[in-house]
Amino acid sequence: MMPFELPPFLFFYLAGALVLFTSGTPRAVLMLLIPVVSAVNLWLTPEGSYGQLAFLDLQLTLHKVDRLSILFGYLFHIAALIAIIYSLHVRDRMQQGAAMFYAGSALGAVFAGDLLTLFVFWELLALTSVFLVWARRSERSYRVGMRYLIIQVLSGLLLLGGIILYSREADSLSFVEIGLHGVYGWLIFLAFGIKCAFPFFHNWLTDAYPESTPTGTVFLSAFTTKVAVYALARGYPGTELLVYIGAAMTCFPIFYAVIENDLRRVLAYSLINQLGFMVVGVGIGTALSINGAVAHAFTDVIFKGLLFMSMGAVLHMTGRINGSELGGLYKSMPKTTVLCIIGAASISAFPLFSGFVSKSMVMSAAIENDYPWIWLMLLFASAGVFHHAGIKIPYFAFFAHDAGIRTSEPPVNMLLAMTIAAALCVTIGIFPEVLYQLLPYDTGYNPYDATHVLAQTQLLFFSALAFVWLNLRHMYPPELPSVNLDAEWCYRRLAPSVLQRITGVVVAANTALRTSAAKLVAWVLAYISRHHGPDGLLARTWPTGSVVTWVVVLLAVYLSLSLF
Amino acid sequence: MLSHLPILQVVVPLLAAPACLLLDRSRLVWIFTVLACGLSLLISMLLLYQVSQHGTLSYDLGGWDAPWGIEYRIDLLSAYVMLVVSGIATLVIVAAGTGLEREIPLEKQTVFYVTYLLCLAGLLGIVATGDIFNVFVFLEISSLATYALIAYGRDRRALWAAYQYLIVGTIGATFILIGIGFLYSLTGTLNMQDLAARIPDSAGSRTASTAFVFIVVGVCLKLALFPLHLWLPNAYAYAPSLVTAFLAATATKVAVYLLIRLHFSVFGEQFASSSLPLHGILLTLGLAGVFVASLVAIFQPDIKRLFAYSSIAQIGYMIIGIGFGTAIGLQATLLHLFNHALMKGALFLALAAVVYRLGSADISAFRGLGRRMPWTMAAIVIGGLSLIGMPLTVGFVSKWYLILAAIEAGMWPVALLVVTGSILAVVYVWRLVEAAYFQPPENELPEGLDGPDRREAPLTLLVPTWLLVLVNIYLGIDTRLTVGTSGAVASALLGGGQ
Repeated sequence: MMPFELPPFLFFYLAGALVLFTSGTPRAVLMLLIPVVSAVNLWLTPEGSYGQLAFLDLQLTLHKVDRLSILFGYLFHIAALIAIIYSLHVRDRMQQGAAMFYAGSALGAVFAGDLLTLFVFWELLALTSVFLVWARRSERSYRVGMRYLIIQVLSGLLLLGGIILYSREADSLSFVEIGLHGVYGWLIFLAFGIKCAFPFFHNWLTDAYPESTPTGTVFLSAFTTKVAVYALARGYPGTELLVYIGAAMTCFPIFYAVIENDLRRVLAYSLINQLGFMVVGVGIGTALSINGAVAHAFTDVIFKGLLFMSMGAVLHMTGRINGSELGGLYKSMPKTTVLCIIGAASISAFPLFSGFVSKSMVMSAAIENDYPWIWLMLLFASAGVFHHAGIKIPYFAFFAHDAGIRTSEPPVNMLLAMTIAAALCVTIGIFPEVLYQLLPYDTGYNPYDATHVLAQTQLLFFSALAFVWLNLRHMYPPELPSVNLDAEWCYRRLAPSVLQRITGVVVAANTALRTSAAKLVAWVLAYISRHHGPDGLLARTWPTGSVVTWVVVLLAVYLSLSLF
Repeated sequence: MLSHLPILQVVVPLLAAPACLLLDRSRLVWIFTVLACGLSLLISMLLLYQVSQHGTLSYDLGGWDAPWGIEYRIDLLSAYVMLVVSGIATLVIVAAGTGLEREIPLEKQTVFYVTYLLCLAGLLGIVATGDIFNVFVFLEISSLATYALIAYGRDRRALWAAYQYLIVGTIGATFILIGIGFLYSLTGTLNMQDLAARIPDSAGSRTASTAFVFIVVGVCLKLALFPLHLWLPNAYAYAPSLVTAFLAATATKVAVYLLIRLHFSVFGEQFASSSLPLHGILLTLGLAGVFVASLVAIFQPDIKRLFAYSSIAQIGYMIIGIGFGTAIGLQATLLHLFNHALMKGALFLALAAVVYRLGSADISAFRGLGRRMPWTMAAIVIGGLSLIGMPLTVGFVSKWYLILAAIEAGMWPVALLVVTGSILAVVYVWRLVEAAYFQPPENELPEGLDGPDRREAPLTLLVPTWLLVLVNIYLGIDTRLTVGTSGAVASALLGGGQ
């Protein structure tokens, strides 16, 4: 065995352990070096299975390299390196250590050759990432982290349940295509779906990601959901249900993103929207669409990271993140503004930016495989994405009305990290072959044909026009100085009034349901604590006499059972 | 020498006990006890090796042949249980060197070590012997020693807890003796092998059934099966912390061993299930124990009591495994028997370190402890994860087999309930984690503790604790020893006697 076949998670775990005991320059050097060394190691590892291990009576494969996993492997190394550079200034051992363990767990998960190993890293992902949510060290972030952890661990438990059933059905636990067969298929599907933020399971994402630290969110946005996409691509390619789920995921977050004020939460919604494209790609299941899904995961990590980094920089420098409180920052943060716009252009899939080359593959696959309605939904979602992520984010943070904040550019390391990400966005956009070479299938796809470019440009211009028009209509404030039309209010008015009414009904029903559920829980807890609490019937110290009575009763029961 | 190992296993601690009295200097006695325990650990390792290589060992005491004389019979099951008992006993006694300082006055320490060794001799004797009356004798030796050990607790309630255990334990032992008496009157023999051969002849006789019922109830009392567990929480909570660590990891395990031995080797699966709907009873009581005790644990403010209730819940899991009546279920029980000893040993040793520094095991004492005693708390967290059944710890291995057994037996609800029980464990372990890592420490220290006492526990306590923690992790990854042995034992027990 060559020395160059170590699983990448080992490097990151080692770094995570060392980070806990070092500080200052050595720590910075160590943290920068590890992803590089690990990436070289990965590059030198030929495809194959390594680290075979017998556990219980199962055969485990700790480290399995093939074309699908290696792409995610490179992606996670790049993402980790960028995020590490971005967070170099942070002096918080817990956060830095947790981030390294988190990145390592993601790598462990994508290189897991069998389901049990996948499960272990699946849970470790949850356990290590929750520290990034807690890193703000506020009461609120503690609560959010707990909610996040519970949902993530639940996903792991479902996965384990599915694996146990799977192990009864299949001969080996190796991670191959599973499909929606039997209970196990659905359990594992559900587990993947929770981590992939399927509709109705997505709340953990929009709840937790915006509550992390500026740097923590960058790590969080890169790994957990992409591991889930990887798992879906491996376990459920061509599952038709995924097409519809994915299409729903691309559309529903748009409405929420439009009315959301916290700009990082807007990005969290748009993260779900982008995941939707990948899920659709996995669901269609042709070579082109899988390629599209995987390529989109690749580009999304980078441009979404860039957007989160630019918003993190804003939060870091101003301490504010609500769209209504920001504005006019382009004067004091011009570089950040430019970088953010590059990210926005990429996510909106402008030609020559990275989003274009990956998203168009999924769209082409949808139309080629007779999903015209899905294609329309994706088109609508593309317009929506441009609207809330492409325009809203840069517009309200850096332009709009001047909030009077005077600050300066973020620290050098943050700028550097953003620049690297922006450079990657543009490079992939202009030279898509670099990315296409790495994809699992060879399809000879070319995104820059006339139809695509024209359709996309048209779409973008028309939705830009719509934004400008609506904006002009509503942004002109009436000549009443007392009416303060701040950004958030304006956006709430933009949303159709019908939607608002529906939202009202949903909110009311939701509140009623929640209060009754809370009452039920409180009642159950009170009931349990009455019997099980320190002085409860079942916990109190009993007199010896009654203990003996129990013995006699039990003996009598046993005797009568056995004799009669 | 090697052929005498079965008897040496029992005789070494048994004779070391009075020898302690001769030394009579507490430090010297400690060293001597450590040596004696280490020797018995060595013997049990050798025995396990020999048994796994050459099969069952039989030793005739005093040269009297088996059915008439007393036979010591070491098969894979006994060797497996003796390994964990002597291993835990050794680690606990190493920790006792400094750990006892704060809990037992110096002049009483010699007697403590004597009692400890007697208890160990009794427990090992139960496992080693192949004679059913001999089992009773060793049961009494270990029980009497246990009552005394519990009564050493500083809290005055310890005396009362020991008294209650004395009453209840004696009733249990009497039941067992009555059962043995019935068996003797029926078959005229006390040798287990002989009994196993003769009992099928008298299947259907009321005497045999009654004997079985008395023995099962008596043993269930000793292993604290719900609802016969009422003696246990107080005994564990008020005994000296190290005694709790020892008892929690060994005494109940030996009782479970006894249930398995009598059920499968002496009466035999067929007799047992025909005379009593035992599987249903064990499943029901085991599950009830898991839920009642886990829920009680969630609300407990005293952490020693919390883990005592958690022990009752874990015993519930072991009993569920027997209740399936399948080889894989029995294997799950045997795995959990071994693994639970490892995790509870680690947890109670870490608690002993906390009590050593803070003088209290109340939840309020744990606030902010993550910073003050990082290593101790880390041990508690890993032990707790093992208790929950996280992968990479031994807890996962036993839960895995238990769930497999439930699915194999087609009992879906049971599998779900086992998982739910693990979630309850998450809740009570989390309470500790939350107090230790997310709450600020209390400013004022308990009285009589000065500056240096705020620090991490001494190494003599930490090293044994962490040894157990590492074993928890190691055996959670490399499962050949536990899974292999327990699998062989389970198939041997269910495949027609010994």
